[in-house]
Amino acid sequence: MSMKEKTKNIVLPLVSVFLGLLLGGIVMVAFKYDPIQGYLALIKGSLGNTFYIGETLRHATPLILVALGFSVARSAGFFNIGVAGQVIFGWLFSIIVALQFAGLPKLFLVPLSLVAGIAAGAIWAGIAGVLRAYFGTSEVIVTIMLNYSALYLSNYAIRQILTEGDDATPKIAKNASLRWQTLTEATNYSTIHMGLVIAILMCVVIMILMQKTTIGFELRAVGLNPFASEYAGMSAKKNIILAMVISGGLAGLGGAMEGLGNFQNIFIMSSVPSTGFDGMAVALLAGGQPLGILFSGLLFGALKVGSVSMPMASGVPTEVVDIVIASIIFFVGAGYLLRYIMERLEKHKAVSATIVLSETARKEGE
Amino acid sequence: MVSILSIIVSSALIYSAPLVFTALGGTFSERSGTINVGLEGTMVIGAFSSVVFNLTFGDKMGEITPWICLLVAAVIGALFSLIHAVATINLRANHIISGTVLNMMAPALAVFLTRTLYEEKGQTDFIKYSFGKTTIPLLSKLPVLGPIFFKDTSIVAYVAILVSIFCWFVIYKTQFGLRLRSVGENPQAADTLGINVSAMKYAGVLISGVLGGIGGAVMAQSVSLNFSATTIAGQGFIAMAAMIFGKWNPLGAMGAALFFGFAQSLSVIGSYVPGIKNIDPVWLQVAPYFLTILVLMLFIGKAQGPAANGKTYIKSK
Repeated sequence: MSMKEKTKNIVLPLVSVFLGLLLGGIVMVAFKYDPIQGYLALIKGSLGNTFYIGETLRHATPLILVALGFSVARSAGFFNIGVAGQVIFGWLFSIIVALQFAGLPKLFLVPLSLVAGIAAGAIWAGIAGVLRAYFGTSEVIVTIMLNYSALYLSNYAIRQILTEGDDATPKIAKNASLRWQTLTEATNYSTIHMGLVIAILMCVVIMILMQKTTIGFELRAVGLNPFASEYAGMSAKKNIILAMVISGGLAGLGGAMEGLGNFQNIFIMSSVPSTGFDGMAVALLAGGQPLGILFSGLLFGALKVGSVSMPMASGVPTEVVDIVIASIIFFVGAGYLLRYIMERLEKHKAVSATIVLSETARKEGE
Repeated sequence: MVSILSIIVSSALIYSAPLVFTALGGTFSERSGTINVGLEGTMVIGAFSSVVFNLTFGDKMGEITPWICLLVAAVIGALFSLIHAVATINLRANHIISGTVLNMMAPALAVFLTRTLYEEKGQTDFIKYSFGKTTIPLLSKLPVLGPIFFKDTSIVAYVAILVSIFCWFVIYKTQFGLRLRSVGENPQAADTLGINVSAMKYAGVLISGVLGGIGGAVMAQSVSLNFSATTIAGQGFIAMAAMIFGKWNPLGAMGAALFFGFAQSLSVIGSYVPGIKNIDPVWLQVAPYFLTILVLMLFIGKAQGPAANGKTYIKSK
């Protein structure tokens, strides 16, 4: 009996995670660190007490949203490698609105700032969508170019427009913040915020959108076969742009989480925030499935937060976790190898099963 | 006037050299049909290995050290790009995903190793032996042109230009180049003619690792002079843009890389240059990116790169 495709889709990522952690362990041993101490520090530093759990959940929040965004574009056949730039713009514009309209009541200000973040990300990614639809330009190249443009433009805006030469904007007012006092206190003053609820909600929304609506059907159809879907009367142009806009909107929302929830301001950055590529990694590990994204987002959130405690508690450099994450994605990307091995194992099992069966049959015959 | 021009030219060359090498690397990879968005990561590894080698053996080797470090970075770059080659050619991984793995892996690995080698610090010390500035004999004596182009200038940049001419020759005038291009255009046809498709693809990716590693080493040893997580900040992606700008042609890639290097250098030395003093550096920083998008939109569209670029070739049985 062959293993069902569904089971494989769950087993393969788990095997990849295992292999990634194993490789991280080997790297630690190779450089004379204690892998057990290292991983124990990682677990303690991510789930050890309510504070760390709060931090893990907070770190997972934007990763989940960015991953959802990446996977919407991916299932329509596009590679939105520019999620990092959309995160920056979502972050920047949510802060701008939060600072500009600081006088509004919380009930209006928070949604307004979130919408600003979504819109900024959606427009930034939409540029790539429009260019792809009307000029055939590769969305991979365009979004890469937009990543660094967003970084420099954001730094410029912070220094020249939002402040007078400062490296960071002032903090937003309490009525623009996603933090919730009760939750903050319950987690011993961690940076957890209500964005987590939005992220979980968006997992459900995207699941319904992609699986149960005409919009989602068209997006997936275009991704599977653009010519056939054009022939069936769907507009490829419209769907390309829509996919990129939804994708960028979600990434922008992820950026707004960093602004309104985590940092409460925006500052000069020397490189694009790691939320972008880590979010991509979350999506790739989950195979683009919203429920899977929720879990892999929590996993990567725990890895990243836990890694901060590793140097103090075990002497292992933080970066070992980034090596683990990159390796996990390598194994996911090279899934052909794992599938091939699994199929071989199954065949082997099937063959030995037939031998056993025929032998018992023979014995019974005797 | 001459001294201002001299400053502009020499700093443009300093910033261009890493881009030229890396863009040439990208050209080889994509000509063989393998998209390489991992150039950024390859540069990081090149920069790291060159700085470590420079710090460790500099005192024994003296002035020649930076050149030896280029060779070291070339080897390490090739080894690192092997990950991309194995993943895309043998394991049928998506080229973009695999390239992204390189970009995630490189800074993680390099900073991790920096911490293990240098007492948990996230950056290395500054190197003693860098490329510095060289005055080319004879040529620098030329009237007007001499002081502008050949006095106190970046010698690596001139090497990079010579290497681009050599790469152009290899890609367009040799049997190897023809085979490389045919694999990138139509691997099935190439295969039926007896060309070893995966060997050619390996060659393309590994050469991109060699040149990307050198590019990173040039960056580290002529601009940053040490290694940290921010030594390479987007240069790999600019190099990729230069390759596209140059339409996958080594000379075109070189020209675009020189231009982008010029734009990058202006954002650094702009305040000394009359005429652009009042332009905010941000516009010069984003110019390469916006120009690439514009060129893609207006002139190149989708049909200009190698036809089978980014497609995994699966040999039929």
